[in-house]
Amino acid sequence: MATQQTRSLARFMMAPSVILLFIWMIVPLAFTLWFSFQQYNPLNPIRDGFVGFSNYALFYSNPAFLQSILNTLAIVVSVLVITVIGGILLAMLLDQPIWGQGIVRILVISPFFVMPPVAALVWKNMIMHPQYGVFADIARFFGVNPIDWFGQHPLTAVILIVAWQWLPFATLILLTSLQSLDGEQKEAAEMDGAGFLSRFIYLTLPHMSRAITVVILIQTIFLLSVYAEILVTTNGGPGYASTNLPFLVYQKALLEFKIGQASAGGIIAVILANIVAFFVMRAVGKNLDK
Amino acid sequence: MARAVTTQHKTIATAAAWIVALLIFFPILYTIITSFKSEQEAIQGFALIPSGTTESYSEVQAQSGYFKFFLNSVILSVGSTVLALLIAVPAAWSMAFSPTKRTKDILMWMLSTKMMPAVAVLFPIYLIFRDTGLLDSRIGLTVMLMLINLPIVVWMLYTYFREIPGEILEAARMDGASLWNEIIYVLTPMAVPGIASTMLLNIILAWNEAFWTIRLTTTDAAPLTAFISSFSSPQGLFWAKLSAASTLAIAPILIMGWFSQKQLVRGLTFGAVK
Repeated sequence: MATQQTRSLARFMMAPSVILLFIWMIVPLAFTLWFSFQQYNPLNPIRDGFVGFSNYALFYSNPAFLQSILNTLAIVVSVLVITVIGGILLAMLLDQPIWGQGIVRILVISPFFVMPPVAALVWKNMIMHPQYGVFADIARFFGVNPIDWFGQHPLTAVILIVAWQWLPFATLILLTSLQSLDGEQKEAAEMDGAGFLSRFIYLTLPHMSRAITVVILIQTIFLLSVYAEILVTTNGGPGYASTNLPFLVYQKALLEFKIGQASAGGIIAVILANIVAFFVMRAVGKNLDK
Repeated sequence: MARAVTTQHKTIATAAAWIVALLIFFPILYTIITSFKSEQEAIQGFALIPSGTTESYSEVQAQSGYFKFFLNSVILSVGSTVLALLIAVPAAWSMAFSPTKRTKDILMWMLSTKMMPAVAVLFPIYLIFRDTGLLDSRIGLTVMLMLINLPIVVWMLYTYFREIPGEILEAARMDGASLWNEIIYVLTPMAVPGIASTMLLNIILAWNEAFWTIRLTTTDAAPLTAFISSFSSPQGLFWAKLSAASTLAIAPILIMGWFSQKQLVRGLTFGAVK
């Protein structure tokens, strides 16, 4: 009797969150799905109507499409590689006894709190600007020609900026995990004559595996939808050299008003995100059970 | 002998850590330095010592009305956080204290809503906002930010609530406490730290959200993310001003962030790493 009452109370308490998130997930997505089979142009509504899969075909035959998917993957993979490897190294360095550890931690974590448009603008103008940026100053100091980052290597530039934003996150989480490693285990391994490398491979790395999985999961979610960094720095260009899928969809929808095509692109983005999410959720689900 | 080696080790580690840390922090540091330069100084090449002028700050406020955007950022981030907490606390509470077989599935499902790419629903949301007059309104954006962060808030609160020992509840019930008393006198004091950290992290996330805040606002409800993005178009040489605006946009949250490092790890890893 009491259980029954508790249970319905529990349902009642959970309802607002579940209903809101359900609506938030289903309604706009249903709209997008519907639009993806429509010709819909608010500026030129004459030919509006049902068009079957032709939006998908159009989006697919757009050369920018393949490039945007490749760029999306390039951003996700490169930033993951940089931040996970860099994060492990940094975490191990910060785990050493050092003077001023608190301040060092604060300095390292700071970029994570910088809002994406600020991060992008600061890197674009103060650091990577081919004429006035710090990189250009350094290049000139060594007598080399400064690199025009956003003209010649736009995707690399975006990747560097995003990696700078996420390296602190990876470092902080891996450091937290590292600090929970039992000191006695480390000592025992040392006493047994395990070298630095074998200690790292057989003790440290397995201990951090869960944290590494979590870092990869969460970063992937955010990295699949990098937006402000591209908008502020390269605006997707030159050409489509730094356009990722979210940015292409945004261009189609709000700049060209090709809603049908944009929606088809949106649905493709959802499918892409789901494929990634499937694998990472499984990994995290397994880890959570431990 | 052993001690000497340790000190040497510590010295090397300290030097390496400080060099790396300063390199990572450098873009922020240089922005702060440049914000205290005049426009002319700012483009005169690399210099770490500014003249210390604050003219850029007063110009940013005078020309663009920085304070309005700042106020919007505060209203949106705090408002969406409070709203999210009101909705999430009961949910997390019931999941933590009367879990069912489906609790884990619900939590995982909530997490999965976070993975939906925002662009996929950009146009429908844009339409809904336009037709309901919510475009460029604080209310619309507050609800939006609340929905985006709701899964994280529920998860984070859940991990905190789960750590409150159930025996305390039983003891209170044995002593004849009503459900209401139980909530007010027993659970709330134990839950406050968790709620506070959740709030802190969520304010940071909402403050820095840079997709919906840029796309769904124009002037009235525009927060600092939209304000800063507006600097990207003109290629003019306004670096000192740009730096001052940037410094103002990140300073409050940077300071909050420093105080919330521990909670950050927990919140962003959905309790998987503590």
